[in-house]
Amino acid sequence: MVAKKKKKYSVGEGSQFISRRAALNKLQLSLNDFRRLCILKGIYPREPRNRKRAQKGQPGIKTLYHKKDILFLMQEPIIWKLRDYKIFNRKVGRAKAVKDFQKMRRYLDNHPTLKLDHIVKERYPSFIDALRDLDDCLTLCFLFSTFPSLPHIPRDQFMLCKRLTMEFLHAIIEAKALRKVFISIKGYYYQAEIKGQTVTWIVPHNFSFAPQPKQEVDFKVMSTFVEFYIIMLGFVNFRLYHSLNLYYPPKLPTTDVSESDKSLVDENIYVAERIAALNIPLTKLSNQTEEEDVEIDQFPSDTSAEDIEKAKQEQAKIKTLKTLFKGLKFFLNREVPREPLVFIIRCFGGEVSWDKTLFVGSTFDESDETITHQIVDRPNLDKQYISRYYIQPQWVFDCVNARELLPVNKYFLGEVLPPHLSPFVDKERDSYQQYIPPEEQALYDPSLRETLNEADESDENVAEEEEKEENEAEEDETEDMENSNEDEMQSTSKLQKHKLSVKPGQVYKEEPWEKTRQERQEYKLREKMVKNKHRKLYKSMMQGRRERSKEVWLLKKKRRLHEEQKTKQKSKAKQ
Amino acid sequence: MPKERLKRKISGSEKQVEDVLEKQKEEDEDENLWNVVNDDEEDSSDSDGDIEESEEEFKIESDDENDEDHSNTDDEEEEEEEEEEDEEAETDDDEDLSEKTVGNGLRDESDVDGSDNDKISDSNIDNSKHNNDSTNQKKSKNTKKQGLKNKINENKNETKTVIEDEYADYDTSDEEDIRNTVGNIPMNWYDEYRHLGYDWDGNKILKPEGQDQLDAFLKRIDDPDFWRTVKDPQTGQEVKLTDEDVKLIRRIQGQKIPDETFDEYAPWIEWFTSEVMKTPIRKFPEHKRSFLPSKYEEKKVEKLARALKMGWIKTKEEQDKLRAKKEPQFYMLWQTDDQADEMRRIYKHIPAPKRHLPGHAESYNPPAEYLFDEKELKQWNKLKDSPWKRKLHFVPQKFDSLRKVPAYSRYIKERFLRCLDLYLCPRAIKMKLTIEPEALVPKLPSPRDLQPFPTVLSLEYVGHSDMIRTIDTDKTGQYLVSGSDDCTVKIWEINTGRCLKTIQTDAVIRSVKWCPNSSLSLILVASGNKVILLNPHVGDTLVCNKTDAVLKDAPTTDIIISERVRTTVEWREPEEDEYAKGYRAVLTHFKEVTQVTWHGRGDYFACVMPDGQNRSVLIGQVSKRRSQLPFSKPKGLVQCVLFHPSKPFLFVATQRHVRIYDLMKQMLVKKLLTNCKWISTMDIHPGGDNLLVATYDRKVLWFDLDLSTKPYQTLRLHGTAVRGVSFHKRYPLFASGSDDKSLIISHGMVYNDLMQNPLIVPLKRLQNHKSANDFGIFDVHFHPLQPWVFTSGADGTIKLYSN
Repeated sequence: MVAKKKKKYSVGEGSQFISRRAALNKLQLSLNDFRRLCILKGIYPREPRNRKRAQKGQPGIKTLYHKKDILFLMQEPIIWKLRDYKIFNRKVGRAKAVKDFQKMRRYLDNHPTLKLDHIVKERYPSFIDALRDLDDCLTLCFLFSTFPSLPHIPRDQFMLCKRLTMEFLHAIIEAKALRKVFISIKGYYYQAEIKGQTVTWIVPHNFSFAPQPKQEVDFKVMSTFVEFYIIMLGFVNFRLYHSLNLYYPPKLPTTDVSESDKSLVDENIYVAERIAALNIPLTKLSNQTEEEDVEIDQFPSDTSAEDIEKAKQEQAKIKTLKTLFKGLKFFLNREVPREPLVFIIRCFGGEVSWDKTLFVGSTFDESDETITHQIVDRPNLDKQYISRYYIQPQWVFDCVNARELLPVNKYFLGEVLPPHLSPFVDKERDSYQQYIPPEEQALYDPSLRETLNEADESDENVAEEEEKEENEAEEDETEDMENSNEDEMQSTSKLQKHKLSVKPGQVYKEEPWEKTRQERQEYKLREKMVKNKHRKLYKSMMQGRRERSKEVWLLKKKRRLHEEQKTKQKSKAKQ
Repeated sequence: MPKERLKRKISGSEKQVEDVLEKQKEEDEDENLWNVVNDDEEDSSDSDGDIEESEEEFKIESDDENDEDHSNTDDEEEEEEEEEEDEEAETDDDEDLSEKTVGNGLRDESDVDGSDNDKISDSNIDNSKHNNDSTNQKKSKNTKKQGLKNKINENKNETKTVIEDEYADYDTSDEEDIRNTVGNIPMNWYDEYRHLGYDWDGNKILKPEGQDQLDAFLKRIDDPDFWRTVKDPQTGQEVKLTDEDVKLIRRIQGQKIPDETFDEYAPWIEWFTSEVMKTPIRKFPEHKRSFLPSKYEEKKVEKLARALKMGWIKTKEEQDKLRAKKEPQFYMLWQTDDQADEMRRIYKHIPAPKRHLPGHAESYNPPAEYLFDEKELKQWNKLKDSPWKRKLHFVPQKFDSLRKVPAYSRYIKERFLRCLDLYLCPRAIKMKLTIEPEALVPKLPSPRDLQPFPTVLSLEYVGHSDMIRTIDTDKTGQYLVSGSDDCTVKIWEINTGRCLKTIQTDAVIRSVKWCPNSSLSLILVASGNKVILLNPHVGDTLVCNKTDAVLKDAPTTDIIISERVRTTVEWREPEEDEYAKGYRAVLTHFKEVTQVTWHGRGDYFACVMPDGQNRSVLIGQVSKRRSQLPFSKPKGLVQCVLFHPSKPFLFVATQRHVRIYDLMKQMLVKKLLTNCKWISTMDIHPGGDNLLVATYDRKVLWFDLDLSTKPYQTLRLHGTAVRGVSFHKRYPLFASGSDDKSLIISHGMVYNDLMQNPLIVPLKRLQNHKSANDFGIFDVHFHPLQPWVFTSGADGTIKLYSN
């Protein structure tokens, strides 16, 4: 008997993958519903190892999903909700068409809602998993919290985003978890460390919303993401608040509420506004404050003493960072972006307030004598107090990144600010591979800092000295001329004397670069012995290295040119 | 009377005094009119019947049409019976008497009767503008023009009493001055014309002569009544207001009821009371449905109740509760921080990679060197269509203060693209190499530990005028022979660089080889299609003379040389002058000989004629002066042949392969696969187990014959074609020279232990030759005793490198 011929693609990669079209057929969903389901469940296409086999020999590039992913989707209860939606839409559409508005309203009132709690648990089985994936969630929620209401997007999403993000900021403030901040042209970058996970998010600058062309941005897709992220962030907040011994939803101290006229305002809005002010500490579940001073225990492990030492130093630094602004009192001028600065200052233990008319929640007035720093962002100010520093907002950011209070003199009102550097670049990188601006070098090396400062100050002196040197050089030249004349005289006499003579032998000096040159040549030969298998890899790596070093070179050159120009301008201004 | 009228007016929407004034000025004329219609009014207002009667006399097509009546006047009597139903409907309405249109009723029977021939105009003045609520529509009355005129004259000074009668029922439908028949239209339509509408006869009413400013001024000064003079927009005439009018206006301005006689504080008469009266006001009883419960409502209520009961509709409280429930409820989802519950998960989940963190360039206030200069900006803009090639995805910007930083315009787009990436981008786990490129370079011993090897250029042998294709040394290492394209063979003393001898030949020298037998002083020279056995007469004279003696007389054999060999090669004795030059035997071949090589003993030698087809390899024997052809079939384009140093093997390199033949057994032993395009030359290790093959495609191949037929190592040390390769006889060294003028000396250690593979270390690259005609180094040869190497170049020099 002839064995039955195996069908092609029934085993192996051909059977593991399924195209999107086939997935739609299998799930009996429309493309929109499928997209929504994928976003909510976190299902993504996969890149097969062999595309030709995976898409069963079909030409082109198809979106391939893993078959098990689709089976996973198939057992999802919210598929039924999506089908309910379909029916619901049909019913509403019909009621609308026959102008039975009462019925329509009734349908709309009990529209089906998706419950996503179990999906959060499913996608993030542990809290750490959720924290690890919080970056996108936070960035998108912060963006949505700045949006006006848009068509096709549930209106409460924006409000909820605003609420949840504010709550999250409060949690960060309470935990003092903020580590790095950065003002980029895109927005404010924040990096916090929660439970050992670094979470980075971006908050856009003010007025970030602009209508987008329809073919470029589909807000519906983003809204679907936000729909999930809201739930996720809510649960994360809940857990964070509880681990910080706070009430969730957050509660304000009762004294605050009683002070105001409660009857006049809607209490919810009142509380929400106070929370959005970020300036009032939330009430704790119990009064006991637990200091988390976890000393690193000495383990007789294989980690070297250096590593442990390093870790200890790092911890000490973080400890000082947490109380960086303790005892300082800040006042924000009107033109300063309130939210980021209040968040940062409060995170590091500072007190902050602002003009009463700017936003609710200000605690002290501008005329308060105990204010140590007033943050201003304008060229000059009429009325100034002597008892405080008037500094620009960048100081706060730079202090946090430097993990110490920087001298304020460079950040005074109306000063030209020093460059704002990113704290996210890798510090232990190779200086040949990546450019390190001198300002950053100065950050790690205090000795360099002084030289940098001096360089700025001494530019003028240098110019003077140069002039002097030039004069001297001219003098030298004249002397040289005289000398050369004498030399010529001597040489002519020597020529005449040219007779048998013994010259003293010269000591052979090994040239210092000769050795390196030889080594380089040797390496070049050795390089040719790279295995054939690795040849291309090696070449591309070397190419990349060369390009990087070229970039470094370019940046260095630009810096040099720029500095030259600056000195030139200075000297011109002097003249 | 005028007060009455004005009161009417005011009750309408338009309360401007100007209007009143306008009306006021028509007063005189109006009074006349009213007088005319006075008698009729009394009758008509009393009874409907009268009105109907009066209506019979006129046929009115529609309320709006005025002109019809002119044409209809002739037919009046015929169409008397016709009624106007609109009018009737209005008369039925008893609630608002004032709304009743009595315009028709005003028409006087007698008047109409008496004025058959008169032209009647029905000016329907739409007063809806003036009276929104009470007097909606008004029909102006028809009057006989003749009678009107008369009566104007007669009743100029008539008494007021009559007037009061006339307006007993508050009808004011005839209050307008109807001399202008245009109706209630904006009079500015006539601005461009010289007339102001039409009078009853259809004649134009001309505008009064225009007064200039001066006249107006004079008039103001002269006329004491100027202040009460107003202009009638309908006629353009000036009208003087009477005292009553002025008084009335004053009352209106004072916000009093215009009618002086009206008693505001009159006792209230309750027409409709809550008390049940004995007799109903209305003469018909209440309808039954007013006291029976509605079936329809009952059904409705029933439906609602059922819907409530079934939960189809919700009360407000319920709805609020539900809404609150629909809002996301948060609770402790994770009980611990890092302990994962066992539950379904995505199969082999690949977490999305995080976004790159920003560098200094993204700062709002970056160091100056990060900002683009013009060139970079241009480059950035040029890559608009292929943004992924850009170095940075944004243009760095510098702001001198935080307040000047605007929103980033592509922010939302970028977020959206990230979202797309998260759900649309295929994911796969990719291994990322974290090694340094140095780790890929094999670890080799340092060249310093592998000394001695030639490192410096110590001597140059200059004398040839053309490319030197070939060189060789004698076995003692005292002399060097070279063959050049200038058709000469030169013998050099190695230590001094002196040219000892120059032997001129007929053709280009392609190969020279010194006999390895130390008791023979012989050189094989391949010049054109000749191979010359040359005695250089250098070195030990004893050996030289002995060699001469040995070669003096050719051995005579009776072996018949086959036809095939005879046509290939012909041995002959040198002529006299040739003998003087050192020739000891000359072999003339049928094709050009490119290479000659000696067998290790120095008796046999092989010649290569690449064009010779199946006769391309020829093995000659000096002692017997005989040649033989080892192959009967063509093996391809033979490039090079070599004898094994100890075994009776012949290596034949064709274009792509190297074949090893056992000459004793006359069979192929091995075929080495070089995996290259074109072999140039080869050399064998003195041990005999390793073979170096140089190729024109830049490679040098090391074959370990014990190991495999494939190269043990492929060395890509040169940039261009490799033309010469050589092993040192004693030291573990080999060298290769190529067209890129470079000589590379390498360490090639062959171990006696069979398990250990040869160690190959490139040691030194020497580049002293000049290139000529794109050729660099032709031949490389090691000194037989010292670690020195000779190279012959296309620049006509031989160089000696020593350690």
